[in-house]
Amino acid sequence: MLFELERVTLRRAGRPVLRDLSATLPRGASCIAGPSGSGKSTLLRLLNRLVDPESGRVLYRGRDVTERDVLALRREVALVPQLPALLPGSVGDNLRFAARHASVEADAERLLALAGLDPSYADRDAARLSVGERQRAMLARALALEPGVLLLDEPTSALDPGARDAVESTLRELRRRLDVSTVLVTHDLAQARRMADWVVRMDSGRVVEQGAAAELIGTAAG
Amino acid sequence: MESVGISVSLGEVAASLVLVAVAVAVSLWRRTELERDIVVAVVRSMVQLIAIGYVIQAIFDADELLLVGALIAVMVVFGAFQARARARAVPGAFWPLLAALGVAGASTLGLVVALGIFEPQPRYLVPVGGMVVGNAMTAAAVALNRLGDEVADRGGEIEATLALGATATEAVGPSVRRSLRSGTIALIDSTKTTGLIFFPGTMVGMLLAGADPVDAVRLQLILLWTLLGSVAISALLATTLAARNFFTPAHQLREPPEP
Repeated sequence: MLFELERVTLRRAGRPVLRDLSATLPRGASCIAGPSGSGKSTLLRLLNRLVDPESGRVLYRGRDVTERDVLALRREVALVPQLPALLPGSVGDNLRFAARHASVEADAERLLALAGLDPSYADRDAARLSVGERQRAMLARALALEPGVLLLDEPTSALDPGARDAVESTLRELRRRLDVSTVLVTHDLAQARRMADWVVRMDSGRVVEQGAAAELIGTAAG
Repeated sequence: MESVGISVSLGEVAASLVLVAVAVAVSLWRRTELERDIVVAVVRSMVQLIAIGYVIQAIFDADELLLVGALIAVMVVFGAFQARARARAVPGAFWPLLAALGVAGASTLGLVVALGIFEPQPRYLVPVGGMVVGNAMTAAAVALNRLGDEVADRGGEIEATLALGATATEAVGPSVRRSLRSGTIALIDSTKTTGLIFFPGTMVGMLLAGADPVDAVRLQLILLWTLLGSVAISALLATTLAARNFFTPAHQLREPPEP
């Protein structure tokens, strides 16, 4: 099992965000699906320790995440946040920043191609990109870490249907070419059906159900 | 330095309250709701300055360096409390501020004495110490105020950087840099324009008291340049130490941004 969450509880500003939540995420393509405010983005951030639970524990490949070096964990389990948050400078600067942390050379052309961007984007000012382009640049930056797992927080929520389809096909292509597992957070069950083999459905900080995508979503749709 | 005498009557002091009335009138007229603050500021400045006047007189009479140290230590503690009020968004801001003001005050006074700029006597160290701590406080308060805003506004960017495996220090680095600039730029700008569109306090005081303008200018230059150093030390220490308080030991933002 890639991730196991055991009886995880978390509050923010006194309000419960995750309530005694237990879930598993296998290798491959998983989705955490649920309405906004259900706690799915918080759950995603538990996986690379951007937050820690108040109680319960999170295991990555069978080992408690708190037992691992946190910075090494974040390089191996890379998160692409929902809000485009690139560093000032060019897209290439952003790629090199990430690669330096993983102690690798940034092959900008390859990384941009994997994220569906033309090589010329390496010299483009990150602040002048469209939302869709930023989202792809963030994906390329996360890939510069050469991660084993990609955490994707609503990667298509700000995109029109055409751009969304393009990002989805980029992600599928990525999984085909790289040995990388993905955990995608979405509020869209149809997207979960298209993108994942395994789905965890959440509501109000709890897991409603989890299992193979075809079975669960088939039930939900019916 | 030649000793110059000046006497100011209470009547003259009271007359300057007319300008305070103008400030209150402006506040009432434009509804800025600052009239209460103005009155509090006037009363506090009167009480505090009269009290400190007697304290300074006593220290000068005793001619004891230990008392100078005690006075500056008290100023540092009050300064840290005062600056904390401007740094509400920074968790645990008091200790970084205390360290910043303490080190800025001690190192600056130590240096001006070691370099032979001032003799180690209460009549020099008390006024210079007061100016150093006061300016260090303002710089640290402005810098931490900015740092609080930076982390609140750029939480997403900071967390995105942490998510790449960067340390907390790296992730908050650009915010610390901008806060440090905010804290020191006001004094740098006023140093640039000094003499052109702004006469600094010491020089004005000496000129009013009848001192030779060249002497007044020399002393003012020493103070301005000394203050630049102390303000830089203060803002640097305050921002560097306080920035850590936004993070847990596991490089997590303590109050993460809303997803």
